[in-house]
Amino acid sequence: MATPLRFAFWFRAVQALVLAVAVCFSMGATDSSARYHDLNHRLMCTCGCAQLLGECNHVGCTESGQELSELRSDIASGMTDKEIFAAFTAKYGATVLAAPTTQGFDLVAWIAPFAVFGAALLGTILLIRRWSGLAGAKALASAPDPAIDDPADRERREKIRRETGSDGGF
Amino acid sequence: MAAFGSFALLIALALAAYNLLAGALALRLIAVGQPARISPERLADTARRAGIAGFLAITAAAFALIWSVFANDFSITYILEHSNRALPAAYKFSALWSGQEGSLLLWAWLLGIYGFVLRLTHKTDVKLYAYAGTILAGIQVFFLLVLNFAAPPFALLRGAIPDDGNGLNPLLQYPEMVIHPPMLYLGYVGFSVPFAFALGALMMRYPGEKWIKVTRVWTLVTWLFLTAGIFLGMHWAYAVLGWGGYWGWDPVENASFMPWLTGTAFLHSVMMQEKKGMMKSWNVWLIFSTFMLTLLGTLLTRAGLVSSVHAFAQSSIGTWFVVFMGIVLAVCIFTYVLQRGHLKSEQHLESLVSRESSFLFNNLVLLTACFVILWGTLFPILSEYVVGNKVTVGAPFYNRVAVPIGLFLLFLTGVGPLLPWRATSFKSIRRNFVLPVIALWVTVVVCLAVGVRPWKDGAFSSGDFYALVAFAVSAAVMTAILSEFLRGAGVISRQTGRNLLVGTWLLTRRNTRRYGGYIIHIGVVIVVVGLAGSAFNQSQERELGLHDKLLIGPYTLECIGFTQDSNLNYNSEYAMLDVYRDGKKQFQMTPEKRVYLASNQPQTMVAIHSLPSWDLYVVYEGTNPDTGQPIIKAFLNPLVGWIWAGLVVMVFGTFVALVPSLSPATASLRVPARTVPTEPALKGGL
Repeated sequence: MATPLRFAFWFRAVQALVLAVAVCFSMGATDSSARYHDLNHRLMCTCGCAQLLGECNHVGCTESGQELSELRSDIASGMTDKEIFAAFTAKYGATVLAAPTTQGFDLVAWIAPFAVFGAALLGTILLIRRWSGLAGAKALASAPDPAIDDPADRERREKIRRETGSDGGF
Repeated sequence: MAAFGSFALLIALALAAYNLLAGALALRLIAVGQPARISPERLADTARRAGIAGFLAITAAAFALIWSVFANDFSITYILEHSNRALPAAYKFSALWSGQEGSLLLWAWLLGIYGFVLRLTHKTDVKLYAYAGTILAGIQVFFLLVLNFAAPPFALLRGAIPDDGNGLNPLLQYPEMVIHPPMLYLGYVGFSVPFAFALGALMMRYPGEKWIKVTRVWTLVTWLFLTAGIFLGMHWAYAVLGWGGYWGWDPVENASFMPWLTGTAFLHSVMMQEKKGMMKSWNVWLIFSTFMLTLLGTLLTRAGLVSSVHAFAQSSIGTWFVVFMGIVLAVCIFTYVLQRGHLKSEQHLESLVSRESSFLFNNLVLLTACFVILWGTLFPILSEYVVGNKVTVGAPFYNRVAVPIGLFLLFLTGVGPLLPWRATSFKSIRRNFVLPVIALWVTVVVCLAVGVRPWKDGAFSSGDFYALVAFAVSAAVMTAILSEFLRGAGVISRQTGRNLLVGTWLLTRRNTRRYGGYIIHIGVVIVVVGLAGSAFNQSQERELGLHDKLLIGPYTLECIGFTQDSNLNYNSEYAMLDVYRDGKKQFQMTPEKRVYLASNQPQTMVAIHSLPSWDLYVVYEGTNPDTGQPIIKAFLNPLVGWIWAGLVVMVFGTFVALVPSLSPATASLRVPARTVPTEPALKGGL
């Protein structure tokens, strides 16, 4: 009877936690300048400083002031993010965008990291499975004689030796 | 002095070339056992001595350049372009690395120092050290060729010699610039040593894993220098560039980060080879890649392949580096193909959930992060080549792609140490992970309650979301590491009757490598918390007349005046700002703007007031040309101080890991032959 009771307790605990998180997530503040801040951190200053538009701090920079005022007026005129980026790209070139777009060859920039990560993750899991299989086969081939040593004791001794080696690393 | 310096460089080249050729010949003769007129061992020793003499020659060249800077010898083009009479003495030293020729000389000199130490300690393993010394000589030959023929630091000025020099780049006239580049270079150059040992061990089919133990200290010290160099660079960017941030994903910053990632992966995966004889090929290629990434970093810095704020060091010597990298890669591939049979290892794992697997995942994530950064850095070139359209790959790209990978790595930092070697049981997982999981969810709830919410204005905020995840995972990882310490310390405490603090000290001393590693992990967690704070940065900018006020966070900044000052090196303007909190004056800040006389370049000097909770960061941006009013920009940057504190903890942890353990730990664990040890004793690593 103890197991179902314990399960019920943990189930309720998780439910309460999810509810608490959901309540907290749903409470949000309003900040009208957030969009301006977000957009000026997705555009580059074109003065050659290689900094984000919102972070260019050059005294007397001839570009950032103009770009920022254009951004403000574009937001005020009700343009969408996409339209604003299109207007900036048309005027300043593709390098004004702080990150590649999600169209054409630019899409490769976004896909490649995740594709590589996915492939590497899959490869690692397959490798571990393969090596585990090899280990299993070897273990069967060289199983110790239980009469000589108690497996639990042997395991404990092995564990102590591994975990307490003076040069054992992590 | 210019003639002396040039001559010293030529001598150094000749000695390095002799070291390479004589060393290679001697090792070849030893390998084939062929009789020769001169004993191969004696020939190898002459090569080693040539390497030591070469170090002295490069030291003489470096001395000549520094002497010339102090002597204001403007007949040398390099001195003319990077120094002036009024330059303070400390910055005259930094002239050595402020330009391309000087920084290449610094590289060669540091390589000479590493080589000198290596050759002096050759009795550790004469043959292996002979291989490593010869390979280092090959690298040295390349740098000395560049210094003698492509970028000579002692090139003389043609025409009339000016009375004064052009001065040092104002960005470099900051105390940290005296130590940041040497630190970074010590890291870059230092990876040549484990590379040389790895390649040498492979060439000579070195038996066993001893070469890894020999190079462990070298690798760890190098990693420490690179880590410190990167963080000092971040702090310099924060305190000098005046944009309120510390990491801009600039290609040159990325170039320093990539070898750090592969070097970190090597430090972890090498334990698999030491303990289980696995991943031999992998480790060899990790260290090869790390060395080549240090060269790539230098190539990016020097060749101007990608646009960067580090434009002061661009030149046309990229071709030299491309050729050298090609040669290094060819040698590595050739040696690997020839000797790969030597790297065959027993690959066996017992479980997907084990310490071994966590190391594999750790390497996967570190290398993926390295790929992402390399990909982002080189994508503009690729895009221009493929579609003829150059694009920018800046912070938004890395924040979306690299940050999730970084958080996954942080997660592994906590999980890995909790998993035992070979295999683990569900019971063990539940026992070890219950506290960290509780810490994680408590942190989530607390963060949400205090306002760290991913949804604002009805829209998803990725910055806040990542910050929330970072705080929560950091809490879990910190709990996991501290509970590891406490378990072990508790056992020692019970055994010795000492308190927990002494128990922790003894525990650490008995296995410095493991617990030093844990301390480094604690440092990483502290750094991540500091980085996550950037999601909540605030900034305000406005023109401030006398007694005007600027509000930011809990502070009110009141302008009480402006003043000017000048010295032989620069003219400066200060803003004097009284800072109030809750109506009470707290302190005064004096952000400054300088105009350096020799170069006529302006430079901001940021005023920073640091607290554990945040930095108040004030920039005097100059005056508005239309209104004549001074412009002040203030930032409130939460938790930045944690980043620098995290570095201190990481450095401390590395020192701990470098100290030899007190005694064989097993000797101090007095467990009776048939006594079943307690689980904390098993996990604590006594």
